[in-house]
Amino acid sequence: AMLRASLRQVSAALKEGHVTPTELCQRCLSLIKSTKFLNAYITVAEESALKQAEESEERYRRGQPLGVLDGIPIAVKDNFNTAGIETTCASNMLKGYISPYNATVVQKLLDQGAVLLGKTNLDEFAMGSGSTDGVFGPVRNPWSYSRQYKEKSVPKSHSEDEESNWVITGGSSGGSAAAVSSFTCFAALGSDTGGSTRNPAAHCGVVGLKPTYGLISRHGLIPLVNSMDVPGILTRCVDDAAVVLGSLAGHDPKDSTTIQENFKPFELPNLTDVSKLSIGIPKEYHAPGLSSEILALWSKAADLFKNAGAKVIEVSLPHTRYSIVCYHVLCTAEVASNMARFDGLEYGHRSDMNKSTESMYAATRREGFNDVVRGRILSGNYFLLKQNYENYFVKAQKVRRLIANDFVKVFGNGVDILLTPTTLSDAAPYMEFIKEDNRTRSAQDDILTQAANMAGLPAINVPTALSERGLPVGLQFIGRSFQEKQLLTVAKWFEKQVKFPMIQLEEVKRHDHGVFRHQKSASFS
Amino acid sequence: MRVLRLCRWLRALPVPPVRALRSAVPPRPAWQHGEPRPGAQRKVTAEVLGQLEHLALVDFRDAEGVERLQKAIWFADQLQEVNTDGVEPMDSVLEDRCLYLREDDVTEGNCTKELLKNAREKVEEYFVAPPGNIPLPKLEDQETFLQGS
Repeated sequence: AMLRASLRQVSAALKEGHVTPTELCQRCLSLIKSTKFLNAYITVAEESALKQAEESEERYRRGQPLGVLDGIPIAVKDNFNTAGIETTCASNMLKGYISPYNATVVQKLLDQGAVLLGKTNLDEFAMGSGSTDGVFGPVRNPWSYSRQYKEKSVPKSHSEDEESNWVITGGSSGGSAAAVSSFTCFAALGSDTGGSTRNPAAHCGVVGLKPTYGLISRHGLIPLVNSMDVPGILTRCVDDAAVVLGSLAGHDPKDSTTIQENFKPFELPNLTDVSKLSIGIPKEYHAPGLSSEILALWSKAADLFKNAGAKVIEVSLPHTRYSIVCYHVLCTAEVASNMARFDGLEYGHRSDMNKSTESMYAATRREGFNDVVRGRILSGNYFLLKQNYENYFVKAQKVRRLIANDFVKVFGNGVDILLTPTTLSDAAPYMEFIKEDNRTRSAQDDILTQAANMAGLPAINVPTALSERGLPVGLQFIGRSFQEKQLLTVAKWFEKQVKFPMIQLEEVKRHDHGVFRHQKSASFS
Repeated sequence: MRVLRLCRWLRALPVPPVRALRSAVPPRPAWQHGEPRPGAQRKVTAEVLGQLEHLALVDFRDAEGVERLQKAIWFADQLQEVNTDGVEPMDSVLEDRCLYLREDDVTEGNCTKELLKNAREKVEEYFVAPPGNIPLPKLEDQETFLQGS
């Protein structure tokens, strides 16, 4: 029961001595072992985690805990550098790469006494929207094994069909979302470039926060798109997200794209009166393909605010439909540039080919990157060719400004928060998802989340209700730049109203042996 | 129990005729995906393909890879529909702020050993590379290269 508590609750329990950090750590590690079939973790840092837990326990014994996060087990997406621990980005290119340093956000968490359990699975180099395209195999959504989902599943004739029925986590921070959702940790770090934290948060029924660009340091986060990447926070409730945000936000001299203003950590007030709020409903977010279920949920949420006295108005963000195209160009262009550092010389995989430097680089990259990454590098280079630069790259940058201006206009007209769906539908079964290629899927699934990255705005997914299939559906709130406090306050109020149900995970031990065999054949096919 | 109540909450939502929805949420999609214009799909020449492989030092591997690029270009062509006259390109959302510059003082370093640990081929404090200044085989000789391993 302790594992299902929120971060703040367990922190209070640690302070009062109801549980010790080592006990908590061991329970989490044990649960990670019995939920191995989820494939949420790439690396479990058992030894160092226990050591950190022991140190935390010593501090609690002396009555000198470092703060709310002291002794709290957390997980980190495997594209953040963690000193002494393998960092792979789920790619052959970085298999065996042991980071020589901690990413700033990781260091901050460790400085607060958090216990780092391990590195979570993702799409290779965070490119994808399913967490299905990494070299360590796909991540399974814990809700696939929940009573809620099983109750709604069409009974199949063979028992093994139950295993092929599992649904994806969404991506690319699927491992982190699955880890938080299955109670193996109390908070996890993800990254968000086009929705990579909010998308899996919606599918896994957890809170996913994308902070304002420039608020949290990217130093040590292996970059995808330098002008859009942000570290994302995944937790079980909005209050927890605020706690983690409080320990991560702030200027970092090692990341010149962090703003210099002092950040003051905050506690979220318990909002009771929403009558002064103006909620905007951007009509373009009724995108083609939005499921009728989510549409109904979105409407119901809008009514919820209206009935509570808030002003709810339809607004327009006319360039929304081009956001995903714009992202496609800018992302592939920046990826082409960022991936150039992987040449096998200083770190990572190195091919045995040694006829010439260039042929070694080419062979290394052919061997190290999967199709998705290589595809994006090639597309990006196409858009950056001299003859294409103006028409594609610069054009996309202009469209980006139009998209960002859409938001400025709407917020300038008095809207405080935007309310939109996070995804077009609930989580798809893996077998369905892989029928389309990665680029098509990303283009479809990022449609509702991408624009916030374009404009650098803070956005959060709040789990709202279960779908007809018994799977989580979330709604997204987008706020003004650097107004995380307001955004989270509203999100917290909403969370309290909807009372999203807790996942009812079946006896996980039963799965351990049989499924693991099955999982091996599925992921290495 | 809470679960059942919520399921009922969701199922109890009336499926109203489109015009009866009072909510601010639009009942119909506000836009549709574009259709590929016939003949609009520009074919990428073999020359450009070769140039890209050379620049990126990454290969297409097979026809599927080339097809992927074609689709990506078609997709990106939708940008041409947007009127961007008089609009400045945006490099960063933080363009209105001054970049932080710190003092030109050495604050860290002396980590040669750690950095060399991750390299496969090294000699003393050098990273070792194969001989340079040897261009990749030309396109004509690249039959096998383009077709992949």
